Amino acid sequence: MRAFISSVYLFLYAPIALVVLFSFNAGRSASEFTGFSTAWYGKALGNTFLVSALQNSLMIAFTSATLAAIFGTMAALGMERLAPRNRAIFDALFAAAIVVPGVVIGIATLVALVAVFSFVNPALATIWPGEQPPQLGLGYGSIIAAHGLFSMALVTMIVKARIASLGRDIVEASSDLYATPITTFRLIVLPQILPSILAGFLLAFTFSFDDFIIAFFVAGSKTTLPIYVFASIRRGVTPEINAIATLVLVASLLLILTARILMRDKKPKSGE
Amino acid sequence: MTSASTNDIEFRSVAKRYGSVTAVSDINFAVPKGAFMALLGPSGCGKTTCLRMIGGFEQPSEGTVYISGEAMNGVAAYRRPVNMVFQQYALFPHLDVEQNVSYGLRQMRPRISGAEISRRAQEALEMVRLGGFGKRRIHEMSGGQQQRVALARAIVNKPKVLLLDEPLAALDKKLRTAMQIELQTLQRELGITFVLVTHDQEEALSMSDFVCVMNAGRIVQVGPPQEIYDRPSSLFVADFVGKTNRIEATVDNGGTSILFANGTRFAAPSATMPSVGAATVALRPEAISLKRNGAAGTAALAGTVTHRIFLGSSVEYSVDVDGLGDFLVTADRRALGDGDLVEPGDKVGLAFDPNALHVFPA
Repeated sequence: MRAFISSVYLFLYAPIALVVLFSFNAGRSASEFTGFSTAWYGKALGNTFLVSALQNSLMIAFTSATLAAIFGTMAALGMERLAPRNRAIFDALFAAAIVVPGVVIGIATLVALVAVFSFVNPALATIWPGEQPPQLGLGYGSIIAAHGLFSMALVTMIVKARIASLGRDIVEASSDLYATPITTFRLIVLPQILPSILAGFLLAFTFSFDDFIIAFFVAGSKTTLPIYVFASIRRGVTPEINAIATLVLVASLLLILTARILMRDKKPKSGE
Repeated sequence: MTSASTNDIEFRSVAKRYGSVTAVSDINFAVPKGAFMALLGPSGCGKTTCLRMIGGFEQPSEGTVYISGEAMNGVAAYRRPVNMVFQQYALFPHLDVEQNVSYGLRQMRPRISGAEISRRAQEALEMVRLGGFGKRRIHEMSGGQQQRVALARAIVNKPKVLLLDEPLAALDKKLRTAMQIELQTLQRELGITFVLVTHDQEEALSMSDFVCVMNAGRIVQVGPPQEIYDRPSSLFVADFVGKTNRIEATVDNGGTSILFANGTRFAAPSATMPSVGAATVALRPEAISLKRNGAAGTAALAGTVTHRIFLGSSVEYSVDVDGLGDFLVTADRRALGDGDLVEPGDKVGLAFDPNALHVFPA
C-alpha cells in the first residue's frame, strides 16, 4: 500500500521536479544535465518579451482577482438572504461554473464577447459625437472579464462557507446593541469574513496568473505569461522555460499556501 | 388594559404567522415595570417567538407590541430600548471581553465619551463578578463566564427591559442554580424589567414574579408562580408545571360530588366546579399522605407500594391504587419519621384533603 501511494506521488511530482531540476542546468539541453547554474534565471528575467508578458499577467491577475473578490463577496452576502430553494439553484449554478472545462468557458466567452462587440460597436459609432468612435475588442479587458467571472464563482463559494459558519445570532446581537445594519456589517460581519475574502482573492489571483486556456481564446493580440510560454515551447524547450515555470510554480504555491492558512478556522469555541 | 406608565411590555392581540403556519395567536399580556416575567412552555409553544417580537427580530403579523407604552410596529431591533441575552450568548468572537461589553455603549447617539464607556463597562463586569477579565479573548472564557459576559453586555446599556432566551440552558445544574440566584439579585438591584423564556418549570417558578404559561402558540395561564402551581387553570398547566396525578372521574349530584372511576366518592372541592359529567381530576403528589394500614386517620384510597425512589430530603413512592392505577406520592422524610420508610409491597392508604383536587371537564 505504501509503495502504491509512493508511486502515485512519484508520477504526480517527478515531472515537476524535473522541470525545477533542469531550470538549474548549465547547458542548453532540457534532457541532459551538464552542471549547476542559475544563468537561465538571469536570461529569463533579461528577456523583454517575457518580462512584459509577466507584467501583463500580474496586472490581469490583480484586476480580475480584485473584481472577483468584490462581486463574489456581494453575491455570497446576497445569497444568504435568498429563500432556501432559490439558494440551492444559485449554489448549483456557481458549482457548475467551477466544474465546466476551461475550453468550454474559453470558447463560450469568446463567442459571447464577439456577439456583444458586433452589436455594441456599430451602436457606439452612431451615437458617438466625435470623429473616432471607440472600438471594443479583445484584449486586456476581455481577459479580465473572463477570469473575473470564473473567479467570482470561486470567491462566492469560499465566502459563503464562512458566512454560513457565522450564524445569524451575532448579527442579531449587534442589531440588539443599537448597531445599524451598515455598522453591523462593518464591525461584526466584515472582520469575520475578511480572511475568507482574502483567501478567495489569492486563489482567484493564482487561477488567473496560471490560466492558459481561457486567456488563449479571449486574449486577442495580447500576451500573458502562460501564452508566451506556450508560444516559446513551439521553438523548442530550453532551460529558460524551465526557469520561468519554476518561478511561476513557487509563486503559485506560496499564494495557495497563504490562502489555506487564511481559510483555516480560528480556534474552536471553548467547551461549555 | 392598564396605562402605559405602569407596564414596560404589553402585547395586544398579537399573532405571528409564517406563511400558512401560525406560530402564536391571540397573545395578550402585560409586564409591569420592574417585574420579572417568565414565559414558560414546551419547545415549539411560541415563547421564543414572543420574545423575538419584543426584541424586534420578528414583526407581528397582527396586533401590537408596546414597550413603555409605545407601539413598536415596524421599529427595527436597533432602535428598541431593550437588550437580549441570547441562548448561545452570541458573543463577538473577534472582540475581547471589554469590547464586547462596551459594544452597545459605543453605538449610542449622542456619543458617550471613551472614559465614560470604559468606566461603565468596568462597572458592569464587576457586577457580574468578572472584574479584571476585560482583556481576555472570548474563547478563553468558560461557558459560565461567557454567560456572564453576555449578561454584562446587555445590562451595561441600562435597557428598559432585559430579554433572556433560555440563558441557563447550556450550564450544568450547579452553575445554573447559582446563576438563577445571581439573576434574581441583579434584577432587584437594577430594577430593570426582566422577561425570561424557559421550558424549565422549576426555573420559571423559582425566579419570576409572574409566569405566563404557553402551549401550542397560545397563552394558557398568567399569574404569580404560587397561583400557577396551586390553581392550574387547565390540565395542561397542572401537568406541565410540577408533577401531577391524573384521575378519571365523573362529577354528579349537581356538581357537589366527584365519583372516581373505582367507585370512591368525594365531596366536591370548594373551588369552582365544572358542570356535571365526565372529568379529569389532578392531584399533586405532595398533597397525598401515606397511611400504613391500620394507622390512625381515614384513608381515602387503598393501594400497594410498587416503587420507592429515595431523593434525599424526600421520598417518592409509586403506589398501585385499587381500580385507578399508578399514583405518585411524595413524602417528606420528617413527616414519615426516620426508619419508618414504607417498603415496596406494603399495603397503604392514601389520604388527602378533597380541596386539593383540581377538577377539569374531560
